[in-house]
Amino acid sequence: MKAIETKNLTKYYGRSRGIIDVNLTVDEGDFFGFIGPNGAGKSTTIRTLLGLISATEGKAEIFGLDTEKEKNEILSRVGYLPSETNFYDGMKVKEILELSANLRKKDCTAEAKTLCERLELDTSKKVGELSFGNRKKVGIVCALQHNPELYILDEPTSGLDPLMQREFYSILKERNEKGATIFLSSHVLSEVGRYCKHAAVIREGRILVSDSVEKLGHTGVKRVTLRGIDSIPQIDNVKDVKTENDTVNFLYSGKAEELLKDLSKLSFDDVTITDPDLEEVFMHFYAREGK
Amino acid sequence: MTVFFHELKRNRIALIVWTAAISFMLGICVLIYPEMSSQMGEISEMFADMGSFSAAFGMDQINFGEFKGYFGVECGNVLGLGGAFFAAIIGISALAKEERDRTAEYLLTHPISRKRIITEKYLSVMAQILILNIVVVLVTVATIFMIGEKADFRNIALLVLAYLILQIEIASITFGISAFLKRGGLAIGLGFAIMSYFLNIVSNLTDDAKFIKYITPFGYTDGSHILTNNSIEVKYLITGLIFTVLGIVIAYYKYTKKDIT
Repeated sequence: MKAIETKNLTKYYGRSRGIIDVNLTVDEGDFFGFIGPNGAGKSTTIRTLLGLISATEGKAEIFGLDTEKEKNEILSRVGYLPSETNFYDGMKVKEILELSANLRKKDCTAEAKTLCERLELDTSKKVGELSFGNRKKVGIVCALQHNPELYILDEPTSGLDPLMQREFYSILKERNEKGATIFLSSHVLSEVGRYCKHAAVIREGRILVSDSVEKLGHTGVKRVTLRGIDSIPQIDNVKDVKTENDTVNFLYSGKAEELLKDLSKLSFDDVTITDPDLEEVFMHFYAREGK
Repeated sequence: MTVFFHELKRNRIALIVWTAAISFMLGICVLIYPEMSSQMGEISEMFADMGSFSAAFGMDQINFGEFKGYFGVECGNVLGLGGAFFAAIIGISALAKEERDRTAEYLLTHPISRKRIITEKYLSVMAQILILNIVVVLVTVATIFMIGEKADFRNIALLVLAYLILQIEIASITFGISAFLKRGGLAIGLGFAIMSYFLNIVSNLTDDAKFIKYITPFGYTDGSHILTNNSIEVKYLITGLIFTVLGIVIAYYKYTKKDIT
């Protein structure tokens, strides 16, 4: 069964574009990254999946259940972390966690305690006194304490320091290894590249590509670095040229044979040809013609 | 009933403050009655003889010199206006505050239907209104006994009941409006309560404006009618009940479909 499946999911806010014909499939047990810059439609997609907003067209299913008609059943199996975590002022962290557990009609005391210890979260403080990062931790515990089957995380690591980010991802990996599905949106490509098995790229409300992270790195584009060269080589199908001292670095999107022929005519000391990292893939998908 | 109790807890300070303020003021009004009544003879005639002003506040029909007349006017001012303000504030903020405080995302991503949230929030608003009125009644009855006044409690109960229905109507209408708002609507809520109050005053001034009583909830809380006839005017009450139901229905209709952005 698919954990998430959307068919031509479309959302307009009046005349403004939210998302257009989003077709997304996330298998159960996947660790899925949803990549896109601010305003691309990541949060709109997530909010539609959670039933916070209703789709203009198309449909979405989570565990085969309709996100509009069977919302409660879905939400009982989902843990959601919003990009901006806001809670009721004046309430203590432990009260927020209790309220969340009560709304789920579950006793999550033991799991909440473990998570708070791992994330170094003081539950006796009032949420209004917390920093952005600590509020994020409260959101994480709320999303994780009931051991859901699907985690929908909207930019989960913003505000967390690197140590906490590592701890957070190690918790997610543990949950994923036990069978849970992770769906996270991010514009931090390195973390998607490091932790996710599959990823989709969204731009201006449309899905550009959705594939395994490994395959996304094999886009036919190569990062070529030439050392010991004194000028920029005249080669076709070259983008993103960078020069530094005697090194020239560029993305090549043509045939490998043509590249080797062109390189054989040049004089240089060393060459490396690698797959681009996810960040470069992202830039590749986002680069407009002529840039 | 998690949301219901959560709402009561969140609003407890406002409830305590408003209940204490209204009870205190009404209690004081009752306690000073013995002293006021000795000077009431002239004042009562003066109040009853101020033409349109007297009519506007219903003082041309009730005897301000009697306890029930005095209580009818004071109750109208303190419990009527104070209760209307309280009902408007809690009604208008009930649903809208979740988006204003950006807590809607937290609440609505838990496995609890929006219908259930609306129901529990509405019941919480009603519970708060009931608590306020019960305390007010207890304080009023206690202070009436303290001054040794032989009051007609049926009359007073009817008046308090009318104000309770008024508060329920105002809370229900503002609750319905609340479903449309994305920010706090305090000004809208208070504006609605004040406008309703003044529309009733206008309707008392001239027969041509009597139809306004069908619109404003203060139409059926007119102390002069209730105390004189020992009944609430049903024709105005019916339109009030229709507005109450409309407010609730609109809240469900709008909030269950609302996009939380």
